[in-house]
Amino acid sequence: MLGKLSLSAIPLHDPIVMGAVSGSILLGLVILVLITYFRLWKPLWTDWLTSVDHKKIGIMYIVLALVMLLRGISDAIMMRAQQAMAAGASQGYLPADHFNQIFSAHGTIMIIFVAMPFIVGLMNIVIPLQIGSRDVAYPYLNAVSFWLTAAGAVLVMVSLGLGEFSKAGWSGYAPLTEQQYSPGTGVDYWLWAFQIAGVGSLLTSINFLVTIIKMRAPGMTLMRMPIFVWTSLCTAVLMVLSFPVLTAALGLLTMDRYLGMHFFTNTLGGNMMLYANLFWIWGHPEVYIVILPAFGIYSEVVATFSGKPLFGYTSMVWATAAIMVLSFSVWVHHFFTMGASPAVNIFFGITTMIIAVPTGVKIFNWLFTMYRGRIRFATPMYWTAAFIATFAVGGMAGILLASPASDYVLHNSLFLIAHFHNMLIPGALFSYLAGFTYWFPKAMGFRLNEKWGRRAFFGWLIGFYLSFVPLYILGIMGMPRRMVHYDNLAWHPYLIVAAVGAAVITFGVACQLIQLAVSIKERHAARDLTGDPWGGRTLEWAIASPPPIYNFAHIPEIRDIDAFMEMKENGAAYRRPEGYTDIHMPKNTGAGFINGALAFVFGFAMIWYIWWLAILCALGILVIMIVRAADDDTHYTVPAAEVARIENQRYQQLASAAASA
Amino acid sequence: MTTETLTIETSAAHDGHADPTELQIFGFWLYVLSDLVLFATLFATYAVLGRNYAGGPTPKEMFDLPYVFGETVLLLFSSATCGLAILAVQAHRKDRVWIWLAITFVLGLAFVGMELREFSQLILEGHRPERSAFLSSFFTLVGTHGAHVTAGLIWIMAMIMQVFTKGLTPAVQSRLLRFSLFWHFLDIVWVGVFTVVYLMGVM
Repeated sequence: MLGKLSLSAIPLHDPIVMGAVSGSILLGLVILVLITYFRLWKPLWTDWLTSVDHKKIGIMYIVLALVMLLRGISDAIMMRAQQAMAAGASQGYLPADHFNQIFSAHGTIMIIFVAMPFIVGLMNIVIPLQIGSRDVAYPYLNAVSFWLTAAGAVLVMVSLGLGEFSKAGWSGYAPLTEQQYSPGTGVDYWLWAFQIAGVGSLLTSINFLVTIIKMRAPGMTLMRMPIFVWTSLCTAVLMVLSFPVLTAALGLLTMDRYLGMHFFTNTLGGNMMLYANLFWIWGHPEVYIVILPAFGIYSEVVATFSGKPLFGYTSMVWATAAIMVLSFSVWVHHFFTMGASPAVNIFFGITTMIIAVPTGVKIFNWLFTMYRGRIRFATPMYWTAAFIATFAVGGMAGILLASPASDYVLHNSLFLIAHFHNMLIPGALFSYLAGFTYWFPKAMGFRLNEKWGRRAFFGWLIGFYLSFVPLYILGIMGMPRRMVHYDNLAWHPYLIVAAVGAAVITFGVACQLIQLAVSIKERHAARDLTGDPWGGRTLEWAIASPPPIYNFAHIPEIRDIDAFMEMKENGAAYRRPEGYTDIHMPKNTGAGFINGALAFVFGFAMIWYIWWLAILCALGILVIMIVRAADDDTHYTVPAAEVARIENQRYQQLASAAASA
Repeated sequence: MTTETLTIETSAAHDGHADPTELQIFGFWLYVLSDLVLFATLFATYAVLGRNYAGGPTPKEMFDLPYVFGETVLLLFSSATCGLAILAVQAHRKDRVWIWLAITFVLGLAFVGMELREFSQLILEGHRPERSAFLSSFFTLVGTHGAHVTAGLIWIMAMIMQVFTKGLTPAVQSRLLRFSLFWHFLDIVWVGVFTVVYLMGVM
């Protein structure tokens, strides 16, 4: 009846896991009690869970990313603590079995459930506003995408308390992930969480491609799009082309595990290196999927806070497009030691090095934007400045690894770990936190506290260097990655420094949480009445913070790359229109949430071999799809009078802001 | 693109945005593109593993080419009838639309039925997907196409229902147009399957 599921699936014997489980359950209970106490169930359902508003979906994505970031950071602290202890005679505090689950979960969570939802959340909030649109192309599909991502994240969290998570690394290399070597539920949790969230990401990418191509305000030609829109467009292209490969690769592994097929096994003709190829044909573009929009955020921030147009806009666009194309031609550098011929390896080595060229173009563009600008050092600018220097270091380490000969020496060592954290933490995460601070007033209507923001920044920056510079050194000293215990005592001091670094990063994360609490407490003092708290250049700053449901009462006419700056300079900004018209907006629907819930139960049932339940959920999803697809009544009208009322409020707010200034 | 060659009624564009049918068709093209990448991955997998017989059966011993040619004819004809359904949509002939859709459905169902019969016979003969990497990749590639056709059959049923209950409204026309894109796409993929798997396997 319940497949493989029984009470023995709860890891009662492991005090550390049970501590985490009871902590999570307790936290969940506290939240549920608070929602009930403040009678928030109805608003939660009507305003959030059923919402198809891109701004609200964006906020939910970012909440999900921040929650999962805390989980990913906890995993990181546990790993650093273990390696700081487990030298020589000491075995540390984690059994190998648990340590392996932690590093697998850390990677999976940070890429799929932090980086992806964070950047997709920012794209959701910002892109329709930047292109002068009232929503994305498919608002309902957008909700489905979000709830599928959330379903995957919940699966990962459930693996903590029921069964186990994968011990085979976030990339799940075969044949280790085959039934023969990983018979437990761990790999299945990893597979289904990954797969369900991946489908969500694929749908998102189609949505944003259509939105950006088809829904721009009149006058916004391709070469007048804000740079964040350009980078997101390139990311959407990468996603449409690469996520199906991931879907297929995970699907084939599923066939191997569930139906005993032989795609990646080492018997009966299976080819394990096929898995590595397919995984990284998705995996390498994925790096650029999370980092190209990050470059877009830095570009927006650097132009705004330097008080200048972005230097070399056209070259920035072409550099982004070049990276987009090249990112599909480098995947073999993830496994130079596979045994391909030198000719193959050198081809991929050279393409890898070529990618550094457009990236270098971008670095110079940012530097020249700052050059002779009037730089204001608000928090987003701190993240940006730190990124430029730190990212360059990581890039140089990448060039070393791009040479197959040196990769043979350095592969699978901590040097690699240091390199890709050096790309992804300053490259992606810093930008998300910069974008979070930058667009927070737009989404929420008030600014974040600067003082705590700076503390968070310094925690992250100093902690980052303390954590990862020792790993570079350890890599050169020959320490492999993923070691639960080691006998070489020469490594020990460096790992202690790295653990201290993790503690400093934790301090930064704590400051981030305090910043959020302090800012919410002081929100009335920090309200953004004008909708333009930073002296912004692009269209999202032309409307109120937070924007009305329909974003733009009148779709603006675009005449420049920095559309809003041009309006401000020509006195066209804040001009009162002569009248308003009715606006059609998509209706809320619970179908997206129910779809996600069913996808979660489906994944859970597949993991535990509860076939009847899986079939039931699949049928449920099918029925929802058919019914929803036949629904012709998906929009409602905001009457002109209501629009006028909302807009009048906005002009009163502007007047009061002008009076108090 | 399809929107240029086929003229169908569309609800008026509003809010200065592209009209909904155009948005839907463009998005559906992108979905088809991503699905094509999925099939490309499965084809690549078949190309890598398709000769790893592991002592098991080879394509020459397994495939009955005339039988598969019959399948192919059914699917190609269904594509033609699907095209006729869309022509009937343009002519606003509701009666013809559902008849051609029904014929398309029957042809598609016959295709899936023949494929299932082929699969069950292979399995009965012991040529199971877990026998070798070749058989794994064969069953997965052909089966994924079959699953798509099955999804298309469910879609046709839903569309016949809609044509009856709603008539040829702009929204229904837009859905029919997207269905036809999907159906022709599956046809093209099948041409690839027939060539790469069956013809090249027996040659």
